[in-house]
Amino acid sequence: MGSRIEILNEGGFRSDGRRQFELREIIIELSPQGVGDGSAIITHGLTQVLVSVYGPREAKSRSHTIHDRANINVEVGVAAFSTGERRKRSRGDKRILEFASTIKSTFEPVIQTNLYPRSQIDIYIQVLQQDGGLLQACINGTTLALINAGIPMIDFVCAVSGGVHSSDPLLDLTTLEEGDAPHITVAMMPKTGKVALVTMETRLHVDRFEQILTLAREAGAVIHREMKKAVLSRSNSLVAVMQSGHLVQERAVDDGMNE
Amino acid sequence: MISFTSFPVKLDNNDYSYTRHHPGIHDDDLMDLDTDDLLGADGSRQTCPGESLTSSQAYMRGHGTYVDNEEVIASVAGTIERVNKLVTVRAISSRYNPEVGDLVVGRITEVQPRRWKVDANSRQDAVLMLSSVNLPGGVQRRKLESDELQMRTFFEEGDLLVAEVQAFFSDGAMSLHTRSLKYGKLRNGQLVTVSPILVRRLKSHFLTLPCGVDLILGLNGYIWVSKHVKESEQEGEEGFDAEAVYSNQNDEIDASTRIAISRVTNIIRVLASHFLPLTDTLLLQAYEWTVDQEGGVQDLLQEDFGDALIASITSRE
Repeated sequence: MGSRIEILNEGGFRSDGRRQFELREIIIELSPQGVGDGSAIITHGLTQVLVSVYGPREAKSRSHTIHDRANINVEVGVAAFSTGERRKRSRGDKRILEFASTIKSTFEPVIQTNLYPRSQIDIYIQVLQQDGGLLQACINGTTLALINAGIPMIDFVCAVSGGVHSSDPLLDLTTLEEGDAPHITVAMMPKTGKVALVTMETRLHVDRFEQILTLAREAGAVIHREMKKAVLSRSNSLVAVMQSGHLVQERAVDDGMNE
Repeated sequence: MISFTSFPVKLDNNDYSYTRHHPGIHDDDLMDLDTDDLLGADGSRQTCPGESLTSSQAYMRGHGTYVDNEEVIASVAGTIERVNKLVTVRAISSRYNPEVGDLVVGRITEVQPRRWKVDANSRQDAVLMLSSVNLPGGVQRRKLESDELQMRTFFEEGDLLVAEVQAFFSDGAMSLHTRSLKYGKLRNGQLVTVSPILVRRLKSHFLTLPCGVDLILGLNGYIWVSKHVKESEQEGEEGFDAEAVYSNQNDEIDASTRIAISRVTNIIRVLASHFLPLTDTLLLQAYEWTVDQEGGVQDLLQEDFGDALIASITSRE
């Protein structure tokens, strides 16, 4: 080992001071960004993603029109400054295209696209900062942005990454840990407990798989609680403001009648 | 096309705290959505996708819900509403949902054979048929081939218009009409866009503010702020003047009217960014307040000035 950083030390701590099953801090920002119909910024530790949703709106071209449901279009942009080493990725990068199509296929069965025939829903994801768990941040951010845009969905989609270091399972890996430990990303729907997505880019021993999947689903429920809390508190505050506006109006109308 | 964005506003009473709890502790005060309590109380309650609302045997599902396993489940985040046995969830913000008779403001996106496509902030572009516009010549008549050839003299790409929702096509797209002298091409002003939920149905969507500004509150969230036109100067039924109705030329607008228009526009932006519904009373109160403050029009877009405006009009007795 020597100079290498320990993934999990003898005291049971990881390189950033977390325990094995501890998640990083999640910060959710739902106020509008730009002109989109819905947007969200989600931060998992040092990974930060901005998602904007436009639509459902008129499809840009005839070829994107599906006669009985909405077409979902996902575009991912990775900022050159998001990684430690500055690196410009082109839009046509095969890895990014595959990444976008993974997100698209995760959300296609969850969004009720049949309600919007011949329309298009655009999801633009901008990666601002990355430190592992990029896919989970993108999926969680997209869920929040879609909810914010008022697009009907069957359920939340909550994603988390899990890995294994020698024989110890870990949750919510950083870049350092992703480089060293075999890992998977699991997206689950908390209502039914169904799994919407499992991806694996490294080889993982089949005996470890079940354990990590179970753990990741439990962690998904925790993330769901945070996301739900953010969504509900935003709804409540917006409704409170709207009601105060209506009160002012009603008072004014009453005054007008009394005069 | 240049679009202006209202600045994002973090609401003060946003009590979303970043405290973390042990997974064993469930802070369920927000999530205590007991079904009996939920539908028994007439007070509005918030929900989010995947929340089970009630059983589908006792209730009917409405918009914003779906049925799975004999349960009515919410599919959007918003307010739960119940009318007798019908349960709906109204989304906090969404695209415009058209209804027949609604007044909308839209922008021409495309000229097609015998129809225009109109962007009206809905899930699909609206359609304005050549047969549902008033033509020069005044009298109602069949549309001729010559009219078809000069469609761009009536409406061109990028033109703004005010219209009414006439009907729906089978795929849910809406058809508009401008068969009234109140409707037609817009000029002498500027457009502001807000969330459609902030525009309520009113007795009249054509408002005239005492500061010499006319407002058209489109139910689709597009709002047209323009110079006031006197009743007598509006085109009468007999003297229907095609030149004036389809003109692309602005009238002379003096400096004070320009300032008033920008002021009203900025007030609407501030109100919308704070998620306050737009009503004539609120707009008037806000206008009076800004004039009293003697601030410039551009000061309105500064965050502290906007916050002060909101605080003053919502707290006024």
